Amino acid sequence: MAENLIGADIAPPDLRAKITGRARYAEDFRAEGMVFAKLLASPMPHARVRGVDTRAAEAMEGVLGILRASDLPGDDPGREKALTDEPKYEGEPILAVAAVDETTAAAAVEAIRVDLEPLPFVLDPLDSLREGGPDARLDGNVRRGREVETLKWPASVFEEAGPDTLPMGEATVEWAVGDVEAGFAAADAVVEETIVHQSVTHHPMEPRSCMAYWQNGKLFLHGSTQSTARTRPVVAAMLDIDADDVVLVAEYCGGGFGSKIAGSPIMAVPAALSRKIGRPVMLRVTRYEENYIGRARAGFQGWARLGFRADGRMTALDLYLVQDSGPYGASDFTTAGLVSSLSYQPENMRFRGVPVYTNTPPRSAQRAPGGAQIVAMLEPLVDKAARELDVDRLEIRKINAAGHDGWVGANQGGLTSAYVREALDLGASVFDWDAKKALSGRREGTRVTGVGIGLSPFVSGTTGFDGLLVVRPDGKLHVHQGIGNLGTHSIADTARAAAQVLDLAWDQVVVVWGDTSKHLPWSSVQAGSQTTHAHTRANHAAAEALVGLLQELAARDLGGSPGDYRVADGRVFRARDRSVGMDFARAARRAIELGGKFSGGEAPDDLHDMTKASVAGLAGSGLVAAAKDNYPREGATFSWVIGFCQVELDVETGQVEIVDLASAADCGTVLHARSLAAQTNGGLIQGVGMAMSQRWVFDPKWGIPFTKRFYTARPPGILDVPRSLRFAAVDQPDPQTPVGAKGIGEPPVGAGEAAYACAVADAMGGRCLCRTPLTADMILAELEGRPRPYGTLETHV
Amino acid sequence: MAVIRDMIPPFELYQPTDVDAALSLLREHRDDAWVLAGGLDSFDWFKDRIKRPATVVDLGGVEALKGIRERDGGGLEIGAMTSLADVAEDEAVRASYPLLVESAGLVATPQIRNQGTLGGNIAQDTRCWYYRSGWPCYRAGGNICYAATPRSMNREHCILGASRCVAVNPSDTAPALVALDAQMLVARRGGEHQQGYAAADFFVGPAIDITRMTVLEPGDLLTRIVLPAPRPGARWYFEKVRDRKAWDFSLASVASVLEMDGDRVRDARISVNGVAPVPVRCEAAEAIVRGQVPGDEIALAAGEAAVEDAHPLRHNDYKIALMRNLVRRSVRDAA
Repeated sequence: MAENLIGADIAPPDLRAKITGRARYAEDFRAEGMVFAKLLASPMPHARVRGVDTRAAEAMEGVLGILRASDLPGDDPGREKALTDEPKYEGEPILAVAAVDETTAAAAVEAIRVDLEPLPFVLDPLDSLREGGPDARLDGNVRRGREVETLKWPASVFEEAGPDTLPMGEATVEWAVGDVEAGFAAADAVVEETIVHQSVTHHPMEPRSCMAYWQNGKLFLHGSTQSTARTRPVVAAMLDIDADDVVLVAEYCGGGFGSKIAGSPIMAVPAALSRKIGRPVMLRVTRYEENYIGRARAGFQGWARLGFRADGRMTALDLYLVQDSGPYGASDFTTAGLVSSLSYQPENMRFRGVPVYTNTPPRSAQRAPGGAQIVAMLEPLVDKAARELDVDRLEIRKINAAGHDGWVGANQGGLTSAYVREALDLGASVFDWDAKKALSGRREGTRVTGVGIGLSPFVSGTTGFDGLLVVRPDGKLHVHQGIGNLGTHSIADTARAAAQVLDLAWDQVVVVWGDTSKHLPWSSVQAGSQTTHAHTRANHAAAEALVGLLQELAARDLGGSPGDYRVADGRVFRARDRSVGMDFARAARRAIELGGKFSGGEAPDDLHDMTKASVAGLAGSGLVAAAKDNYPREGATFSWVIGFCQVELDVETGQVEIVDLASAADCGTVLHARSLAAQTNGGLIQGVGMAMSQRWVFDPKWGIPFTKRFYTARPPGILDVPRSLRFAAVDQPDPQTPVGAKGIGEPPVGAGEAAYACAVADAMGGRCLCRTPLTADMILAELEGRPRPYGTLETHV
Repeated sequence: MAVIRDMIPPFELYQPTDVDAALSLLREHRDDAWVLAGGLDSFDWFKDRIKRPATVVDLGGVEALKGIRERDGGGLEIGAMTSLADVAEDEAVRASYPLLVESAGLVATPQIRNQGTLGGNIAQDTRCWYYRSGWPCYRAGGNICYAATPRSMNREHCILGASRCVAVNPSDTAPALVALDAQMLVARRGGEHQQGYAAADFFVGPAIDITRMTVLEPGDLLTRIVLPAPRPGARWYFEKVRDRKAWDFSLASVASVLEMDGDRVRDARISVNGVAPVPVRCEAAEAIVRGQVPGDEIALAAGEAAVEDAHPLRHNDYKIALMRNLVRRSVRDAA
């Protein structure tokens, strides 16, 4: 019996390379004859390129070529591509220059004259919804379904709302469960607030640098991406070539947080420039550029009304979100609707929302997109109601928490499992909630204590992807992984599912990843907390297929029927007589001799074409097993993290110090305890940062951002949290997935953010500022009764 | 011309090894020369291609500008090129000037404190984000302040001392040195002339010269910071308020030294930074404290006096309360 791999702390195979610096990221690669590209970015938030004079640049020694938007496929200005002639945010790339070195390329960019026609621009979604207000795009200002349209609300909507309440005109998305007005009629306490959540840039440590060259009609691309298999078709589409002609090398990714799910549009620039000039091209994206093209979380201007019975049960939730979609769209607001329904299981609910385009950098999913924002916006309001009803804040969350029979969203779909109350209790015990809540409001000198809880669910699993395993003639099991290496250890941790089925020691496992020429299977995107769930399943399925092949092979060579044989410790053997059997090395050699289905000559029909091609590519290399995850699942899979935070607020400076931060998770079976704690604590800190300090500021007159450096954007640092963060997991298997594990990447973000926001409100005696980040200036102005630094609805401040 | 950032343009680099050589290079290249100390401020400007000096004089090899030594008759002399980390860790500084240790230890991050110098921290440029973004404002030689219009984003700008420009001095060590009554020694005119400035006089507001932060003119070199002998029994206080605990400039900071006569204040120096284009010496507050027992009532009165002339911009009214409270604490909580 090999060791139990599920839950064990095993260092991932890429760890040594990362720590020693041997790991090669996109920017570390070189190719024969490689040259460099630099981008020319729009100086205006919205403009049309009338003309470009590149003569001076092209005359410079060492300049090799210029790439324009027209050199890239696609002519729909509403769809983002790497370069554009209608920039829709300051910093959007207009063209790229290739030169022998970056100094020359930069000088060439400066020598180019771009004739721009300024177009109307808008930063604040509400400005765009006013009659006569500017539209961020020429084709409209909002998205409804698949269509872009122009939506303006009558002036009366704004007048009736006044300056401190969200105006709520016609929404583009609306759904309801039950009768929300009846729910409020039945409520003993009603809380209503207008709330603003900022947009925030992703800020991965590794910018999206990329190097590309072409050989024999194939594109070789070294890039930074969260996903491997799923980036290839996206890159191919950007260049109008077959996915088979893309060789993507992306073994390491220095962070993505949702901004590099399937690579980045900018990957098209070195690829197309290289094709154009016939030289390998490196585009080193700078930190400054990363702030523009590196994606951002969508901000909300929201309004919520919550109704509760005296016993703490939520009778009604009415939610309206105006989303800042950037120039190309985002879907955070719809997810926010789902997540809020799941958080509280309201007896009645109405959701309304409108996504508005703005001339600010593009949005994309950012670690719990929509979920983190809405959790941080609503949890302080739940506390407000709990105070009013005199219900304990832990209890009110337990009363409203989803159970296994819980539901989510407009169609009230079911769940695979929900150990939320267990996680609340576990977290309360880890944090010592009963003792900590007694400290609420304690004042020592100028410091007041506050404590808070943040309950945060997020989707945590998909199904239906492929696993691909090869037993090589040396007896080692190769687990081919089409997922990416985002830094979450998924490439190794999901491979454990295969080793566990085979009862194989971990040192006999080789993980193959990060290079599409290595024959990888079709996989989920490494995003949406899908991977743990999707690829423990896929690898489990492939391992079961491999067991079947081993049994069949053994019966064929050693007699008996396949069912007489078992697999363990790198051998297939008769269950009744272990001496009759063969080791993996011999099985692999026999598979090669036999060919056909044993060594990849055939593949199951239901595999994705990419997996079939990989199986064919591996044919004859050993015993090859591939399978699609066809395990049944009913309902949606969600994980939960409950954050607990204790702060001390200095009433004379408005500064807040986190004294204690802890969390508990329901993420199914724990796959890798140490990695799980790292994911959870990292997510908590990221969330705390949004509530505490992370900013997104634009000059409203010129439409230009200032938070384009780390020090002005102020994401959180390790000194902002206590030295020791405490974490525990319920560790109950999800019954609808073979290993029992659910994803965990996303829910901690909302948990940290909400717990912090609640703790700060608690330290202020229950006063909710209803805005993030909760910086010292706003807190101090509130405590001192001075004018608020910003209007209730102001955004990008 | 298209704008490109994060790409340092070429320049001639000089690395002198003594002060005379540095000064003669500065004299030779005059307006084209840029003095490079730790580089934390300089490289930001260079990377953004906004400041494009033809000549950079790197002081990193001038050993005479590094180190800390005791002066005859008491006090310390700190070479301008001494790293902030070395200042914060030095035994003699720790023993006699904990206020300076505290302020230097709160600068940015450990990496920046290892690389950044005391002289550079004092002489650094403002961080007004309009100015740092290369906008053609007064300070950059233009004829407008973008940060003081009705719609400007000016949460981090000044409440005192504005004169066309509303930027603030961002240095953490500057207010500490003002409160410690330090002297800055400046070598000029080829080195034959060394001039001393009281710390408070070393900084220049926009009313005097809108394009500079200090008295340093092209060709000048800040060589040493001189700390007078510590006053026995003096109390001190330092606090930096910021949005996060590392790599952040202050929203406001305060430094105070209270020289005591029994339980009464004989003399006080209180300095606040992050609220004006120069580190502010709060003389009205000092006058209130002098001769008094520094209890909360006197402290509050001092705080109120310190902000008497303050005028908020659109988004920084909070700084009035913050400065008042910091001054109050610097009196009440000095130890």
